[in-house]
Amino acid sequence: MIFLIPIVIVALLVVWAIASYNRLVGLRNQVLNGWRQIDVQLKRRHDLIPNLVNAVRGSMDFERDTLTAVMDARAKAQAATGPADAAQKEGQLSQALGKLFALAENYPTLKSNDNVKMLQEELSSTENKIGFARQFYNDIATKFNTAQQVFPTNIFAGMFGFKPAELFEISDAADRAVPQVDLARH
Amino acid sequence: MNLFEQQASNRRRTWLVMLAFIAFLFILGFGFDTFYLGTTGGFVPVGSLIALGVGSASAATSYFSGDRAVLLATGAKPIADVEASAADADKLKLKMLDNVVDEIAIAAGLPRPPVYIVPDADPNAFATGRGPGHASIAVTRGLLDALDRDELQGVVAHEMSHIRNLDVRVMTIVAALVGGVALLSDWARRGMWWGGGSRRRGSDREGGGIAGLLFFVVWIVAIMLAPLLAQALAMMVSRRREYLADASGAELTRNPMGLAHALEKIDAAVAPTQAINRGSAHMCIADPLGRQANLREDGFWSNLFASHPPMAARIAALKEMSFQG
Repeated sequence: MIFLIPIVIVALLVVWAIASYNRLVGLRNQVLNGWRQIDVQLKRRHDLIPNLVNAVRGSMDFERDTLTAVMDARAKAQAATGPADAAQKEGQLSQALGKLFALAENYPTLKSNDNVKMLQEELSSTENKIGFARQFYNDIATKFNTAQQVFPTNIFAGMFGFKPAELFEISDAADRAVPQVDLARH
Repeated sequence: MNLFEQQASNRRRTWLVMLAFIAFLFILGFGFDTFYLGTTGGFVPVGSLIALGVGSASAATSYFSGDRAVLLATGAKPIADVEASAADADKLKLKMLDNVVDEIAIAAGLPRPPVYIVPDADPNAFATGRGPGHASIAVTRGLLDALDRDELQGVVAHEMSHIRNLDVRVMTIVAALVGGVALLSDWARRGMWWGGGSRRRGSDREGGGIAGLLFFVVWIVAIMLAPLLAQALAMMVSRRREYLADASGAELTRNPMGLAHALEKIDAAVAPTQAINRGSAHMCIADPLGRQANLREDGFWSNLFASHPPMAARIAALKEMSFQG
């Protein structure tokens, strides 16, 4: 009967290894999905912007520069090549939108217009969603990295081709700066 | 403690209480099978198993019947229906709630649960359903009117955390344990009334002697107190899960003060939520029985059987998370 003991131990080890491998696979797929979810929200923002610009164009005649800046930034972001370029262009689009929102505070008629309020809510919600999608991606990537690096899973994680995931980072130092908004009329 | 440490501590304490509960059930069952059934069932604890089985069956039916029953009972309406018949200014608030639920679902990586509005003026919210994909979130009219965007986000994050942490499953297990304990103590008391216990005590255990007598006395006290003890343990688990949902919600929004401010506003509105009954209390953000309206808010006994921790303690824990303790 004593020869059963090593067999049981080996069986338990195999079960544990399978469970760990499957867990890593599940986490890796969640990380990939999380990355794509960010793109989903960015695309949604691209689609919403023309609506907003048209809604406010009539009232914000004096802010033509800002409106044009937003449309230009959107076009550049849509045409971006590669993730690093996209990250930079999306950051610039966020800044342009931020300026537009701040300037809209100067127009009382705009502030009371329900359509505009709804659009602003949609756009600020989309900004939040982009932020939360990035937050979720970083959270799940951290979980994945930790699962790979703890002992004893780290022994065979590399063997099966699991690589640490990169966390989402700001590439453009300008994104960390405090945004400057000039509310004077030009 | 920061929010991750608080989460870990709450999970640990949940399991400690569950272990205590199971140990309690085993003590009752062991005594029951020893004193009433003796060696009838061999070494199999027949009595305990039957009690646990019946308790589990009744708990399982409520687990799988899902959120329909609870939502119907509160008169909740789907958000799309409410939006269709709402005034314009109201539409904005409802759209905001819709968006907030979307945002928190993205942050949690969960499918978006359907949203319901409960026509009650008292601010409250609850989540039902046995897990992601089978869950719903409901919010009262009063909550929607009272809170701003950040606070609403905090409340929705708390409810989403209940779903993510599978709290319905935890409380169903607890309900099964409570049911098992209640049945065992019921049978034991009936058996005692019919003189069942004393008859077998001496005959089946040779050499038991003083130890056996001591165990019998302890066991009798346990049987008498069992329903109360079970309820107290169940409420302890419920309170731990509320703290955990607060901390998990804070992890989702990364803004504990949003929920803290929401809780302060909810606390200020002391009226009980009529629409939500006792059975669904543990999934609400605030105790719908309006316990905070009681005079002795910090009384030991009222807190022992409360499904939610005192509001002041929850707000203090959230402030500690945002380093504003």
